[in-house]
Formats: sequence, C-alpha cells, structure tokens
Amino acid sequence: MAEPEHNVDPDLTIEHEHTTHSNAFYIAIGAILLVLTVTTAAVAFVNLGPFNPVVALLIATIKATLVVLFFMHVKGASEKLTGAVVVSGFFFLAILLSLSLADYLTRNWR
Amino acid sequence: MATTSIPASQAPGSTTKLNYLNNGHTLRSWLLTTDHKRIALLYLLSVTAFFFLGGFFAMLIRLELLTPEGDLMQADTYNKVFTMHGMIMVFFFLIPVVPAVLGNFLVPLMVGAKDLAFPRINLLSWYLYVIAGALFLHCMLNGGVDTGWTFYTPYSTAASNTNVIEAGLAVFIVGFSSIFTGLNFIVTIHRMRAPGLTWSRLPLFIWAHYATSLIMILGTPVVAITIVLVAVERVFHLGIFDPRLGGDPLLFQHLFWFYSHPAVYIMILPSMGVISELITCFSRKRVFGYKFVALSSIAIAVIGFLVWAHHMFVAGISLYAAMVFSFLTFLVGVPSAVKVFNWTATLYKGSITYATPMLYAFGFIGLFTIGGLTGLFLGTLGIDVHVTDTYFVVAHFHYVMVGGVVMGFLGGMHFWWPKITGRMYPEYWARLSALLVFVGFNLTFFPQFVLGYVGMPRRYWQYPPEFQVLNVLSTAGASVLAVGYILPMIYFLWSLRYGPIADANPWNAAGLEWQTASPPPTFNFDQTPVVTWEAYNYDEIPEKELEAPVAQ
Repeated sequence: MAEPEHNVDPDLTIEHEHTTHSNAFYIAIGAILLVLTVTTAAVAFVNLGPFNPVVALLIATIKATLVVLFFMHVKGASEKLTGAVVVSGFFFLAILLSLSLADYLTRNWR
Repeated sequence: MATTSIPASQAPGSTTKLNYLNNGHTLRSWLLTTDHKRIALLYLLSVTAFFFLGGFFAMLIRLELLTPEGDLMQADTYNKVFTMHGMIMVFFFLIPVVPAVLGNFLVPLMVGAKDLAFPRINLLSWYLYVIAGALFLHCMLNGGVDTGWTFYTPYSTAASNTNVIEAGLAVFIVGFSSIFTGLNFIVTIHRMRAPGLTWSRLPLFIWAHYATSLIMILGTPVVAITIVLVAVERVFHLGIFDPRLGGDPLLFQHLFWFYSHPAVYIMILPSMGVISELITCFSRKRVFGYKFVALSSIAIAVIGFLVWAHHMFVAGISLYAAMVFSFLTFLVGVPSAVKVFNWTATLYKGSITYATPMLYAFGFIGLFTIGGLTGLFLGTLGIDVHVTDTYFVVAHFHYVMVGGVVMGFLGGMHFWWPKITGRMYPEYWARLSALLVFVGFNLTFFPQFVLGYVGMPRRYWQYPPEFQVLNVLSTAGASVLAVGYILPMIYFLWSLRYGPIADANPWNAAGLEWQTASPPPTFNFDQTPVVTWEAYNYDEIPEKELEAPVAQ
C-alpha cells in the first residue's frame, strides 16, 4: 500500500525572506575564506611573540563573520527571530568565556 | 469570552475512523513517514529499547554491589558497565525521552498545527538517533568504553585503551538529533500556533518544551565540539587538554559541563511541563500563577547555563570562581521552587482525582523535591568537598534525573495513552505499578544518600563490609523498581488489543489535543481550531463523571 500523501500543505510552508546573491558572489566569499585560511597557516610560521594568538583569532573572527553574514543569510534577513537567534548565540558564548575566565584569571596557584 | 465549551466526546469508537495509525500499514509507510505522531512512536520504540539496555547494565552494577567483594566481575569490566549504563541512560534515554516522544506527539496538537514546521528534519532526527544508537551498540559489543559517561581528560585522551572515539562519535551524532528536535519545536511554536493561541494562552507543556529547545540548540554544539577536540587530541596528539602537550585538563571540564549541566534541564524541564498538565487536569483548576510557572521554565533554561562549574569545586578551580558558581547554583533553585510551590498551590481547594497520571505527578513532586534540595547541599562549597564523588552525588542525580524524568514520562504516557492509541490502560495495574516505582525508587536510592554521607565513593566495584546492609537494601529496591518498570510495558501492550476504547477526551481535560479524535487523524484537526479561551479553563468546563473505564 502506498504511503498516504503527506506533503505540500500551504499551511505548513514557512516563507523564507532573505536576499539572495548570485553564485559568483558566494564563490568570491568562498575564495576570500580560502585566502584567509592560507594566511592563518602562513602567519603560523612567523614568530609574532604575544601577537600570535591575537592575529590567529582576528583572522578566525573575520572568517566566522563572513560565514554568518552571507552563507547563513543573516545579512539582509527581514525576520526578527534571526536577529534574536544570532544575539542569543553570542550571548551564550559570552557566558561561556566570561565565567570560564572567572576561574582562569583568579587562580592563585598559577 | 466567546464559546468555551469543549466538545467532550466527538467520536466514540473512533478507532474505526481513518487516523494516523491505520492510515498506511506497510513498513515503508512507517520508516518514511513525516507524520510527527508516527515519528514519536518510532522514538518511543527506540528509547524504550535503550532504557531496558541501560537498565540491564544498572542491574549488573547492583548485583556486583550486593557483596563487598568484587565477585561478579573484574574492576575493568565494572568500569565499562557503569560507563555503558551512564552513556546509554543519559544520551539515548533521558535526553530524548520526553521531548522526542511526548513532545513530538503533542507539540503540534497542542498548538493546533498539522505537523511540526520541518517534518523531514524531524524524520532525519530519528534516523540520526538510530545511526548513533547502532554505532554505540557496535562500540559496546566491540569491548565498550570505560571513561565514565563524562569522557574526562586526560584519561580519555591519554590513558584509556577502549573505544573512546567510537562512543564519542555516537554521542556527537545523537547530539544533532537533539538539535534538530529543538529547532523544529522553536520554529513550530513561533510560527504555527492556531489563531487566537497567544503566548499567554499556551499550555505550560509548550513553554517547557520551548525552554528545553533553547538549551538543545545553544548547548549541544558545545559538547559536540568538545568531543571532537577529545578525538583530535587522542588521534593527533595536539595539546588541547593534556598538560604535557601544553593543554589544560580543566578546560575540558569547563566545556563539557557548559553543556552537560544544562542537559539536566533538557531532561527535567519537559517532565515539569508534563506535571503542570497533570496537576491542573486532576485537580480541575487553572494552574496557580500561570505566568510565573511559564517564565520559570525560561529562567531555569537561562540560569542553568551559569552554574556548570559546581561540578568542579574540588578539581582545582579558583576559590573565587567556586564562590561565584556556588551562589549561582543557589539562584537556579528559585525558579525550580516556583514550580513546586505553584503546583502545590494549584492542589489547594482543587477537586482532586487519584488517577494513575496524578499518582506519578505526586511521585514526581516528592522525588524532585528531595533531588533538588540535595542539589543545594552539593552547591554548598563545604559540604561538596566532603561528599564529592561519593554515593551522595549518585543518589542526588538519580533523584532528579530518574525520579524526575521517568516519573514525568510515565505520568505523561498514562495521561496521553488514550490519545496516542485510542485505548485505555488498566487502571488497577497502572496504580500498582506507580506505587511499585515510587517505593522501589526510594528503596534503591535513599540508602545511597547515607552510603555517600558515611564515605562510600562512587565507581568502585568493591567496598568495606560495613557498607553491605545499605547496598543490599539498594539492590532489593532496584528489583522492585524493575518490576514497576516492566509492568507498564506489559499492560500497555495488552491494552493495544484489549483495552477499553477511549473517546476523544476521556479525562475531560482542557487543551487542543483533546478536541480531536483519539487517535488523531494524520493532519491532527479536521478544521484549524480557533482559540478563544485561556489555558486550563477548568472552571468553565462542565463537570463530567470521569468515565475512564477500569479494566481488571
């Protein structure tokens, strides 16, 4: 017996409202990400002293921002919920980092 | 207010009508279904299988601890047995059980929708669960893993010679199953509520699942990444957690507990949602302080993310951090207490019926209160130093996680069984099993508080002879508990064929899920319901003699 029809119901579909870009645009963003990856690897061979992690994290942050804004369609999203999700994601990351640092920065046995 | 009367029984004998169960009988119609109700049943079968597997390991532990000597198994085997028990119960039973079974079945029904927002992702979530389960079973048959369910480093990355990576991969995959469920719930609750069903009219079950979904989405990726890091260090020897390689073992504990403490709330919050439904229905009253109970779920979800390092008080974190986390731990007691007090206040002057679901709700309140209050003992720095890694902790988390989750799940299963199957369960046997579970549970775990307090450490296969009496009590209790768990399995299966046929609303309960037939049609409602009433309007529902038939 065939599976009863159970798809395509107008009430079930959720409209996606976000700006779409051309394929060339996404390929360009992908290329920038690759260049930044190569840069990270190249910088790892240069001794910058205390700035080693700073530079690595800076590049990683730029890459993550590009992914979030364009590949995850956050830039241009009209849905308020998208903004709420992004903000709460960073808020919870801030909790993870700040409360962990409350331990690391106050250890007197270090 | 407009029409508030709820049609009590629309379709007596409705099992003959076309519904989600008889709409397709082939294996394919089940394995490729996108119906949230069928997926809920697929989950029910899978989590029940894992529950009994985890229970099997629990019985091995209790049998080994019947005598002080290590006479049933070797120390290494014992390490694997308690690890298997913990991993199966936490990742394959406690976390998915209420959201993936009851939540999956009820969230669309309760918000008046035809399905979840992403039905195919819902099915994918079940397949991920099954793939992860199969991987874990393979790991188990291949020698198992012995790190404890917590994968603590540096043991898991540098010392253990068991299948850490395979077990980690299984946990990683099952985590995504959980994320997909959470994602589906959040979008459904935001976008697919029936006309008139405002946020302040939502059932508390929905609020609880919304809060749970937030934790699933925000927390689970962290543990997934952490387990990947364990695998990376184990395979490539990159220094992340191993101090010899420049890593920090406490970093693992920070990252792991950032998810795994909130995971306790993933387990308990949906059960709390179930209890709110049961208490209101069987005391025929609107819940006391609706807004407080609803927002306390969100408060638990948020504050639950701020307390993780109370698992690390003796691990070497700074005294300052320990004090901060101790304070925050006390803070999470507030919304939990709001719930317990408000349930109790709901009972006051209620017209109470002692049906089986209500017995489980009472059991939940009793066990959760003991579990929650001993959590405050453990959040107190001085006491925690004394009882860390003893059976006191084991008793505490079993009271919260098993006493809470399983009581909520069984209470919910009895309450919604007529909705799910269109049949009533036998009330006499169900009450007996509720009693057995409550007595067996306390007999199993209360002695463990005493054992821990007098100093018996957890995770050892032997113990000094003076601890034997309490351990024998605990093992005896586990046997009673096992009977209490097997009994519902038997009579639920029995009722599928022989149970009296249930009408659409056998409990005369409020809530949209009771307005459709039992079992519901594939798309839940013949017409989209329009909600014009507040949640739990029991004062406006005409009294009806409960006709829940008692089959002997």
